[in-house]
Amino acid sequence: MSAAKSGPMLRARGVTRKFGGLVAVNSVDFEIPRGSISAIIGPNGAGKTTFFNVIAGIYAPTEGTIELDGKPLISPPTGAGREPILLVLPTIPFIGLAIYFLLAVGGDTGLVEGVASVAVALLGFVGALLLNIIRPAWYNRLIKRIGVTRPARPNDMVVAGLARTFQNIRLYKSLTTLENILVGMHVHMHGTLFGALFKTRQVREEEAAAEQRARELLAFVDLAGMENELAANLPYGKQRLLEIARAIASRPKLLLLDEPAAGMNPRETEEMTALIRRIRDELGITVLLIEHDMRVVMGISDYITVLDHGEKIAEGLPKAIRTNPKVIEAYLGRGAAAGH
Amino acid sequence: MSRIGDAVNAPFAPVRAYFRKHRSFGIFVGVVLLSIALPLLTRVPPFDGIQSTNAWVNAFTTAAIYAMLAMGLNVVIGFAGLLDLGYAAFFALGGYTYALAASPFSGIHLPFWPMLLAGGIVGAIFGVLLGAPTLRLRGDYLAIVTLGFGEIVPITLMNADKFTDGVNGIGGIDKPSIPGILQFTLINPWPMYGLVIVLFTLIMIMIYRLEDSRLGRTWDAIREDELAAESSGVNTVIAKLQAFAVGASIAGIVGVVNAAKLTIVTPDQFRFAVSISALAAVVLGGMGNTIGVATGAFIIYLFQSILLKQLNTLVENFNIPILNQVDFLEFQYVLYGIVLVLMMLKRPQGIFPARRRMREFAPLKIGKGGLK
Repeated sequence: MSAAKSGPMLRARGVTRKFGGLVAVNSVDFEIPRGSISAIIGPNGAGKTTFFNVIAGIYAPTEGTIELDGKPLISPPTGAGREPILLVLPTIPFIGLAIYFLLAVGGDTGLVEGVASVAVALLGFVGALLLNIIRPAWYNRLIKRIGVTRPARPNDMVVAGLARTFQNIRLYKSLTTLENILVGMHVHMHGTLFGALFKTRQVREEEAAAEQRARELLAFVDLAGMENELAANLPYGKQRLLEIARAIASRPKLLLLDEPAAGMNPRETEEMTALIRRIRDELGITVLLIEHDMRVVMGISDYITVLDHGEKIAEGLPKAIRTNPKVIEAYLGRGAAAGH
Repeated sequence: MSRIGDAVNAPFAPVRAYFRKHRSFGIFVGVVLLSIALPLLTRVPPFDGIQSTNAWVNAFTTAAIYAMLAMGLNVVIGFAGLLDLGYAAFFALGGYTYALAASPFSGIHLPFWPMLLAGGIVGAIFGVLLGAPTLRLRGDYLAIVTLGFGEIVPITLMNADKFTDGVNGIGGIDKPSIPGILQFTLINPWPMYGLVIVLFTLIMIMIYRLEDSRLGRTWDAIREDELAAESSGVNTVIAKLQAFAVGASIAGIVGVVNAAKLTIVTPDQFRFAVSISALAAVVLGGMGNTIGVATGAFIIYLFQSILLKQLNTLVENFNIPILNQVDFLEFQYVLYGIVLVLMMLKRPQGIFPARRRMREFAPLKIGKGGLK
């Protein structure tokens, strides 16, 4: 389906993220080819996870833009100072209406008119507030005209086709594995509040289909038969698998894996590597991973990007990275790179 | 489970399986049976000696109102994990909505039934209004803001003399009626009892349905890990607003019923004590467990309104020195305090823990492989 499109799956241009005076990521240009398995490596504190979080929509970039599948989604927020206007402006007609209401009935305002005008003004305010919070697409386009842009939020990125896992596993611990996956399928379900209240046929069918697919996904990551197990009770390695299953439940185009093999024994690492390959080959999902285990990185990555002190110092095929003097220097220090 | 327990439970297994599948019907049957059994129970000793059946039915009605309030609060606290300490505000807004729409004070007399819906809508609007600015807050900070909101509403109602008649409140509120069939009165508690039972059943069914829906799962996810929920594509902003709106609209509806039952609303009825008593019911019953929370509310209400009153008469009858000077009804706040402290120390998951919390608090099982 995505093969029809050309160009990279993800394109980052000049992405910079500062925390106060600290430049965590400095002007990184980065592309992920469609259908590839790419990796970001670098010594501790190189800014890998920060860069990841910018891509995932958790941190807004200080500078730079990010396109996913050709769609520009993330750019630095602008016009933040103008945001309060957005709340006040739409309310004015309602307040005007309320004042008119009061004036029309003359000086001696009755109870009904008083309550009604307060109610009208309040409704207008709540409406403006809701618009400002929920931000439907048309509203975003509208406010862009007055120069207010906000980067996509993490959930917007998921809708756009990005899914991720976390370095320190973040499952819904007191939910079962099946329920964890069902939450992951959230963006592809359409049950509303009222649908749930009246248990419409659409909702019932959707729930049944979702459960079926969740079981298939669990089987895909080799967790079949553990549907009703509590996420917190799974062993560490299986928790990692569940987190990946939850991520691919949202049918992403691009999957971000933050240290998927951390803390695993060699056999589990091998299984993880095989799983990542299967995700790319069988599900057609492009994968980007951060990893410290060089065997994993060198073994499965098509392309590798190396970050150090927030800057990109090298990128290319695993073979070239392995022998790149800059990379060796970053990892082992200048002396080692010079061959002493 | 013990072997004896299994033997006792065995014959009920098919019944249980049936009701697990048809839960809404099960709730309906359960509530109907209970609502018949409770008045019958008041006819046998020792309950018949305490007060008349009518007074009992009246007490049950209030207890059910209180239980609905606790179930609504449970959506916000137990499901979405948002600690709301100003819940009584929505109860008040529902009550005043009906009071303004059907009393001699405003001179309007709208029928009761559509006002139930109006109360729910007013509650939902204010729920969103409270929820919107507090979306970024969690835990203690959220509790403080909601606490403030809970105080602002009754104080505003008290000071907006022109619209609410201030401290006096609005009296003479219309009783509901089904034209030509039934007129609710203050003397006959049965119609109100019936109405409350029907509402109670509906609200419980709806809350259970919400819990198991896509929306209910997003609330679970937010409670467990908000960042992970966002990264699963959940729009946490909307989901939290929905939790506030659902909780508040239940309080609004219940507020309308409460106003119609008492025929008077005053700002004093909706002070912090109401929020805290609903919270005590939620904690006692078990956060997240709808039936548990409703039971908790029943226990607390009946304890404070029946047992403490009985204690008063008892002490007076025996003329015990010093103690006969004490009005035990004043001690209901001490009761809430004791409930909250004891439960938090001894059984934080509540008397009837939610399925999930039960597992959370269950002792760690160590399998064949040992500790991992």
